[in-house]
Amino acid sequence: MNAPAIGQLEVVDGSLDAKAPGGDIRTRWDRHRFEMKLVNPANKRKYTVIVVGTGLAGGSAAASLAELGYNVLNFCIHDSPRRAHSVAAQGGINAAKNYPNDGDSVWRLFYDTIKGGDFRARESNVYRLAQLSVNIIDQCVAQGVPFAREYGGLLANRSFGGAQVSRTFYARGQTGQQLLLGCYGSLMRQVEQGRVKLFPRREMLDLVLVDGHARGIICRNLVDGKIERYAADAVVVATGGYSTVYYLSTNAVQSNATAIWRCHKRGALYANPSFMQIHPTCIPQMGEGQSKLTLMSESLRNDGRIWVPKQKGDKRAPKDIPDSERDYFLERRYPAFGNLVPRDVASRAAKQMCDQGYGVGATGRAVYLDFAEAIGRLGESVVRDRYGNLFDMYHEITDENPYQVPMQIYPAPHYTMGGLWVDYNLMSTIPGLHVIGEANFSDHGANRLGASALMQGLADGYFVLPYTIGNYLAGVAPGKVKDDHPAFADAEANVNAGVRKLLSLKGKTTARELHWKLGRLMFDHVGMARNAKGLTETIEKIRALRAEFWENVQVEGSADDLNQALEYAGRVADYFELAELIAIDALARDESCGCHLREEHQTEEGEAVRDDANYAYVAAWEHTGDFGKPRLHREKLDFENVHLATRNYK
Amino acid sequence: MSAQNGTGLRSYKLKVWRQPRGAAGGKLVDYEVSGIDPGMSFLEMVDQLNESLLKRGEEPVAIESDCREGICGTCGVVIDGMAHGPIPNITTCSLRMRSFPNGATITVEPFRAKAFPIIKDLIVDRSAMDRIQRRGGYVSVNAGSAPEANATPIARDVQESAMDSAACIQCGACVAACPNAAAHLFVGARVRQFALLPQGHPERNERVLAMVEQMDAEGFGDCSNHGECEAACPKSISIENIATMRREYMRAAVGKR
Ligand SMILES: Cc1cc2nc3c(=O)[nH]c(=O)nc-3n(C[C@H](O)[C@H](O)[C@H](O)COP(=O)(O)OP(=O)(O)OC[C@H]3O[C@@H](n4cnc5c(N)ncnc54)[C@H](O)[C@@H]3O)c2cc1C
Ligand code: SF4
Ligand code: FES
Repeated sequence: MNAPAIGQLEVVDGSLDAKAPGGDIRTRWDRHRFEMKLVNPANKRKYTVIVVGTGLAGGSAAASLAELGYNVLNFCIHDSPRRAHSVAAQGGINAAKNYPNDGDSVWRLFYDTIKGGDFRARESNVYRLAQLSVNIIDQCVAQGVPFAREYGGLLANRSFGGAQVSRTFYARGQTGQQLLLGCYGSLMRQVEQGRVKLFPRREMLDLVLVDGHARGIICRNLVDGKIERYAADAVVVATGGYSTVYYLSTNAVQSNATAIWRCHKRGALYANPSFMQIHPTCIPQMGEGQSKLTLMSESLRNDGRIWVPKQKGDKRAPKDIPDSERDYFLERRYPAFGNLVPRDVASRAAKQMCDQGYGVGATGRAVYLDFAEAIGRLGESVVRDRYGNLFDMYHEITDENPYQVPMQIYPAPHYTMGGLWVDYNLMSTIPGLHVIGEANFSDHGANRLGASALMQGLADGYFVLPYTIGNYLAGVAPGKVKDDHPAFADAEANVNAGVRKLLSLKGKTTARELHWKLGRLMFDHVGMARNAKGLTETIEKIRALRAEFWENVQVEGSADDLNQALEYAGRVADYFELAELIAIDALARDESCGCHLREEHQTEEGEAVRDDANYAYVAAWEHTGDFGKPRLHREKLDFENVHLATRNYK
Repeated sequence: MSAQNGTGLRSYKLKVWRQPRGAAGGKLVDYEVSGIDPGMSFLEMVDQLNESLLKRGEEPVAIESDCREGICGTCGVVIDGMAHGPIPNITTCSLRMRSFPNGATITVEPFRAKAFPIIKDLIVDRSAMDRIQRRGGYVSVNAGSAPEANATPIARDVQESAMDSAACIQCGACVAACPNAAAHLFVGARVRQFALLPQGHPERNERVLAMVEQMDAEGFGDCSNHGECEAACPKSISIENIATMRREYMRAAVGKR
């Protein structure tokens, strides 16, 4: 079987209703809130909502729904809700507060996000996100989140890639952990009050549909292996990103695609799967036993200068290369933004330099990020103040002292702009199934700007979903479906069969070895630059590896026990299916945009060339039962407020 | 990078605690690993052991981790008698094999404490810490009801000091390191963050009384000032936090506002 050309795939237009309101964009959210149906406050306690995930998106949604009076069942794979991978965010969170008085506004944040996403996001959603950004900061400060402050005691801001104003709030290098602690606190308060029931160490393995509506989930209890049923009036999935498809990424080792992939197989459309952010500033890959890559916060680009030697293969120590023999390639190519160009642009430029033979380090797959000039200008103590913990982390991992030797960095898979398709109400194509945070596709288009994922997760959870889910629930009679419905038995049987199959294989290779191979393939051919030939061949290779997995994988232990090998194998099995969809989406989008550079479509200088006439749409894929033949639904994107223009960071 | 080359691959003898789920006890089992790059992390070394066990048809060692960059608090084992291993101020996942000489014998055991029952091998149940947080590790503020963020200025040194306490990752190493298995450092850090910040003041008394009450109910021990907790803490939480907690407790117990 050959990989499908776009012409062989079935395409459907006009099937998706984004439910985005029209009219003046500045009042859309207000009008929408007014027009939505409300659930009577006294009735809220009769409704049960399942929230899967306890990161910034899931945790904030679960807490806020409970505050409104709903009954909430909240699940996570971790031992504690506070371990969700949101905890690892370092750099910061954006908000259009304009405290520095440097010309920021809701409109500018909206504009920057639409442009940064290379015109592949929905205007209505992005405007709402920019509006809500200011409420998030208020909420987090009230929770006791210790954001950085100025000497006068007011909140401090810094700038981040892709923006020319300072709108990023931060808490040392651990913004994510501090925001998550605030959110976790609110969640635990509701647990104590009995409105949220917490189910840690549970993995959602299937979605239960009754009469086409999402009415429950099937979980595996990760301690004793029991398969458990949970029924509700609506389901919210907030299971985060899945860059782990690439094996090595900046995500946690337990981050996964399983929950959303299984929702997809139950009918939820999957949008823009190939929009995959490769982050420019990560510690380069070192050896084959490596399990993950470590991000060095983008904030480092505020003071660090990126360069390679002007001469190919120059093996001199960096300090021996005089300034005149260094190529500060971002400053050279993009004088207006310099080292602060958006991530996709910075990553691609670094890859191009390395591909052309200018890379440094043992593998030639690295560029320098140099603080010598900043240390000279500001003094070591200021640099330590700003980045001390990042420098320590770098030193710990590489055994090199970045105060003395420039850091080496290389791009790594980091964030998934793609995810389950949702409308303006954050509901998927399955009625009742809502998707929030990194798990959905909304808001970031083809490239996410720094410090905007935390903003999106919290906007979704604190301020959007708690209203929009009411609009759905108002049309549902509460508590009608119980977990003895035959649909639960079917889904449970499906999960049990999957677990038994994995344990029965008794092969000779491990899930990790095959996952590693898949990751290499994806990074090389479905990574920073893609072309039709490479994608077509890769689809074949993914299928071959998937077949090998199902013939030859070895999973030890029992189904009725804590069994990490079994958990992991289940996730890898899903990556093999999802990877094919990612490659098909990349092949079908015959243009370059944002993170998605098709080598066939670039300028002579290597800049992406978009094709708005043919591709200004969201690609939402329907599972048809045949992984090679998904059905493409196109949601056309209209730009009424920000005019379609070529991105220019020069 | 220098971390990877230059120093040659290493071998180690491991003594790893194995305990089936539900069993009353376990034992140390000997393993050998070789081909270990000094730049590898400790957990990647264990990954390699587990891969070889899988291929031999044996059950891998159960051990927890997630972020593998020292921030989520999921990882944590006792290595050669020390919670999070021999290098101060880092988590188990941040530990690199270059810290262990070639050929060394390394003993790996779970965090041990009455309040942390062993689930399997190196995995323990730390949910007692969540139950303490439930009793007051927060400011009671519903979504939507917050005042403008800059309405309350906070002196920079106060905010920085609160941040020092807020850096706790709830890993439980302080408990594992303490001869009494006390959780004072963890609870103290949470109490101190909110005692310093104005947002925490309205519930200041109730918070410390409830959290300490829960800490005692969970079976954590008493603090007798050994200071082992501070030495084991990967986030440099100082025992000053325990002193603050005691002061706050006294203050609340006599009903001061
Ligand atoms: C290293 C790093 C640094 C970052 N820095 C920044 C930054 O500075 N600024 C910024 O804006 N963004 C940053 N990001 C991105 C941002 O952190 C994430 O996009 C965001 O936190 C995701 O939040 P979430 O709530 O959607 O998912 P997560 O926080 O990943 O939460 C997922 C939840 O789902 C649960 N779960 C997963 N699968 C299942 C399942 N099958 N069953 C049950 N539960 C499940 C998990 O247990 C967890 O509770 C960073 C990302 C990384 C990796
Ligand atoms: S105080 Fe330190 S050792 Fe104790 S839980 Fe917090 S971070 Fe871990
Ligand atoms: S795995 Fe997250 S702190 Fe070690």
